[in-house]
Amino acid sequence: MNSEAVSTQHVLLGLLARGPRHGYELKRAHDERLPRARPLAFGQVYATLARLQRDGLVSPAGQEREGGPDRTSYALTGEGRAALDRWLATVEPPMPYVASTLFAKVVVALMVADAERARAYLIAQRRAHTERLRELTAVKTAPAAALDEVIAADFAIAHLDADLRWLHTTLERVADWHREVHS
Amino acid sequence: MSFLQARGVVRAYGRTPALRGVTLDVAEGEILAVTGPSGCGKSTLLHCLAGILRPDAGQVTWCGERIDEWPEAARSRLRRTEFGVLFQFGQLVAELTAAENVALPLLLAGTGRREARTAALTWLERLGVAEVADVPPGEMSGGQQQRCALARALVTEPRVLFADEPTGALDTLTGEQVLTQLVRLARQQRTTVVLVTHEPRIAAYADREVTLRDGAVDQSGLGLDAPVPGGHR
Ligand SMILES: Nc1ncnc2c1ncn2[C@@H]1O[C@H](COP(=O)(O)OP(=O)(O)OP(=O)(O)O)[C@@H](O)[C@H]1O
Ligand SMILES: [Mg+2]
Repeated sequence: MNSEAVSTQHVLLGLLARGPRHGYELKRAHDERLPRARPLAFGQVYATLARLQRDGLVSPAGQEREGGPDRTSYALTGEGRAALDRWLATVEPPMPYVASTLFAKVVVALMVADAERARAYLIAQRRAHTERLRELTAVKTAPAAALDEVIAADFAIAHLDADLRWLHTTLERVADWHREVHS
Repeated sequence: MSFLQARGVVRAYGRTPALRGVTLDVAEGEILAVTGPSGCGKSTLLHCLAGILRPDAGQVTWCGERIDEWPEAARSRLRRTEFGVLFQFGQLVAELTAAENVALPLLLAGTGRREARTAALTWLERLGVAEVADVPPGEMSGGQQQRCALARALVTEPRVLFADEPTGALDTLTGEQVLTQLVRLARQQRTTVVLVTHEPRIAAYADREVTLRDGAVDQSGLGLDAPVPGGHR
């Protein structure tokens, strides 16, 4: 099971910790509480709930029929609560791998092409990152910014900022490297 | 007519060249970030734009006036009224308390004592350092001094604020809170801001970014002087 799926499972368990909910409510709560996360698709919510039920972590807790399709609500089981608690208490491994397209692209560009190509890519990427950083900063400085939004923007900004610093130092290094190779 | 402008500004300290011909336009109400590596001339440019340093060659115009040609007295009056300056390094008067330091520009401009103190306290409060109002700089933390200096630069409600590394002594959260405050105020009052910083996340508070490299505006593509698409204002 990949880590993305594990994480969605636990987030849903977390959202059920306050009481039973049905799929639609879970999707809405997810998108609200985790702004700027990729919104959950309904299909993903139902598939995840089915898996959680199979593993005994949630159980159906009643049905609502409002002229529409079945709306089954789900509740956390004792086992589900224990699984959630374990997940919350587990420290995430800090960056076990460098998994970034950005990083891979620069390495490959230097490998297959030349410093010029890597540099052009780095410059274009830095521009795109900077623009995104400004957009997110504007979200934070908006007079009516809500705390959830600010916290989500902070997270994105911190990561963009780290990327930008890396792009910047790499640009300088590539320039030095280029000078060495061509002198 | 442009608002604030540098044209081919050259400036050296003795034999050390600091600016090698900088041309730059600042629009009214704009928040402009000036970035670049240490020693590239950011502070020198800021001082030339604010009328503190005189360029060796080139021009600085403000609302069409060649302020680089003005005598010192006129330039210092400009800095007490229309311009607010936050320096990179120590600038508070050691013998005065925070509130007295902040009130100083108002007193120099002829505002009454009581009114000046009230305004000073308001600004210290806005910047989250009301608790040091009656403390001299020597007994404040670096970050408190910096916010106090910013309060002093803003207390006259200048039309242009020149801020040199305003978050240099602040932790991340405090820095962001101060910048958020500053940007909101600037947008509300249409204050023009020239913001010197070497940090991308601080430069991101600006509408536009100009990068200096070795005393000149970077044109190599490494710089980021493109305006924000759509703008934020
Ligand atoms: N008072 C001074 N006397 C002599 N040289 C100076 C003086 N001030 C600055 N310089 C030199 O002028 C150049 C530009 O300095 P400036 O202070 O403008 O850089 P900066 O971009 O603000 O750097 P930093 O990011 O480190 O603050 C540097 O080479 C510096 O050594
Ligand atoms: Mg400086």
